[in-house]
Amino acid sequence: MTELIESLLRGLGTGSVYALLALGFVIIYKATRVISFAQPAFMLAGVVAVTYLTPTVGFWAAVPLAAAGTGLLALGVERTAVRPMVGRPAFVVAIITLGVDVAVRVVVNAFIGLDVRHVGDPWGLRTLAVGPVEMQQRHLAAVVAAALLVAGLFAFFRYTRTGLAMRAAALDQEAALAHGVSVGAVFAVSWALAGGLAAVAGTFAAAGGSVDGALWLIALTALPVIILGGLDSLPGAVVGGLAVGVLQELTATYANDVAWLGGNVSVITPYVLMLVVLLVRPYGLFGTREVERV
Amino acid sequence: MLRVRNLEVVYDDVMLVLRGLSITVPPGGIVALLGANGAGKTTLLRALTGLLDIHHGAVVRGEVTLDDEPVHRLRPAAIVRRGVAQVMEGRRIFGELTVEENLRLGGHTDPRRITGRLSEVYDLFPVLADRRRRTAGYLSGGEQQMLAMGRALMAGPRYLLLDEPSLGLAPRLVEQIRELIVAINAAGTAVLLVEQNATMALSVAAHGYVLETGRVVLDKPAAQLLADDDVREFYLGLHAGEGHTRRSFRDVKHYRRRKRWLS
Ligand SMILES: Nc1ncnc2c1ncn2[C@@H]1O[C@H](COP(=O)(O)OP(=O)(O)OP(=O)(O)O)[C@@H](O)[C@H]1O
Ligand SMILES: [Mg+2]
Repeated sequence: MTELIESLLRGLGTGSVYALLALGFVIIYKATRVISFAQPAFMLAGVVAVTYLTPTVGFWAAVPLAAAGTGLLALGVERTAVRPMVGRPAFVVAIITLGVDVAVRVVVNAFIGLDVRHVGDPWGLRTLAVGPVEMQQRHLAAVVAAALLVAGLFAFFRYTRTGLAMRAAALDQEAALAHGVSVGAVFAVSWALAGGLAAVAGTFAAAGGSVDGALWLIALTALPVIILGGLDSLPGAVVGGLAVGVLQELTATYANDVAWLGGNVSVITPYVLMLVVLLVRPYGLFGTREVERV
Repeated sequence: MLRVRNLEVVYDDVMLVLRGLSITVPPGGIVALLGANGAGKTTLLRALTGLLDIHHGAVVRGEVTLDDEPVHRLRPAAIVRRGVAQVMEGRRIFGELTVEENLRLGGHTDPRRITGRLSEVYDLFPVLADRRRRTAGYLSGGEQQMLAMGRALMAGPRYLLLDEPSLGLAPRLVEQIRELIVAINAAGTAVLLVEQNATMALSVAAHGYVLETGRVVLDKPAAQLLADDDVREFYLGLHAGEGHTRRSFRDVKHYRRRKRWLS
């Protein structure tokens, strides 16, 4: 029982990271109808920025600064590389974002260099015990951070003028335009938000460990998550992220009991889940039915 | 004064859809624009509100002026700010947003006035006030049309462009829309009313234009248009000789006489 609860909690921790990443994908998709494959690069850029900022300004200031910086970077990328492609087929734009991903990662990897870099988080691998159940502090922190950000996003989309404009533009771009919404601004804000979220997600993915190129694998897991939750659903991104995180940890915990599965089967479980979802419910658990697959 | 002079619009660089069209909407007036399907009515409204771009359309000749300032190169937001708002064909309400969110979006360009305008719109459309927290997609067709009109009014326009507001509505609702147009106009907003329902449009308008394949073929006071035999036959279905199919406007000789617009 303790084992089960502990692995569930671990799952929620990693799931929160997936949820933040997936939210970025979905926000961009809703605003622009494009899947941005540049998200992994923004995540890496954000983490690396945190590793450079923490020694001077401390972890707590480094994270928001890095998130803002990554948001600006994403905004710049959108303006220069993606905006000129507006109106081209979604496939073409997706390929452009893939190119952006490679380019940004090459640059960021140069900053990682050969040293082992740490985000300098205050949690490390310390745990928190409630009775017999132990939970890693970094997982708890990830859950809390994700909850705060999700609440913030909810309030933003629900109560602000820009948020409302973004929701309207996602539903009917021309009608929003006709009422004076700047579609360019909507694109820009969506990319900036996604960049900031990716930076925070990356920080929690790297908390307690070191920063290296393998973080990219984590970012990639956001893809099965959005397929599961639905490309155009923000709640879907959150639920999907948590579900995939939990599923992965459960598999990691219990797969060892099944000898032939091997030790790393948890890495592929999200993709197996994605395959199943695509077969039975291609628009995801929460997605809109008409949304085409890309 | 909202003026269109010798306007030519192409789609996809090749399809000439408006061919030297000129109309005038005076401040505070109601002008009707009639025309068969594909005549270019919606295209004209797009040209008036900066929405040609996203349809790969462009103004190639002529101009649109608002109080003598050319506006056909402006972005939609700039045109809304200058006081021209549109209710698009098919209503285009945001189905997943609430009624009030739809209205708030209409006030996007003028956020400080939203609260005041909301209460004005609710006064004009009490149904919307009753349903303000409802999801707009669940409203009836007539309510959706009112929502679309209310949303456009949230920008506080001096010129309101309506694209076939009576489309798909029962006669009683058409009558209600008609009365609302009169009320909106009485409050000082000029209306350009695009309609296929000529009876309704000409009964509120002071002046009317008939469009055919991107040209103005008739330009007369509404009362005269209502009395015009060919308008009666073509749009009102009155006095069609039995046995033969409806004629196209093209066949009607004296519409060939076109006005000279350069003035
Ligand atoms: N986005 C577009 N691209 C290319 N051609 C278009 C486009 N929109 C309209 N057209 C063409 O332009 C012409 C005029 O269309 P428009 O929609 O302006 O007519 P309308 O008078 O509003 O017709 P309706 O009464 O059916 O709404 C039509 O021949 C139409 O096929
Ligand atoms: Mg039309």
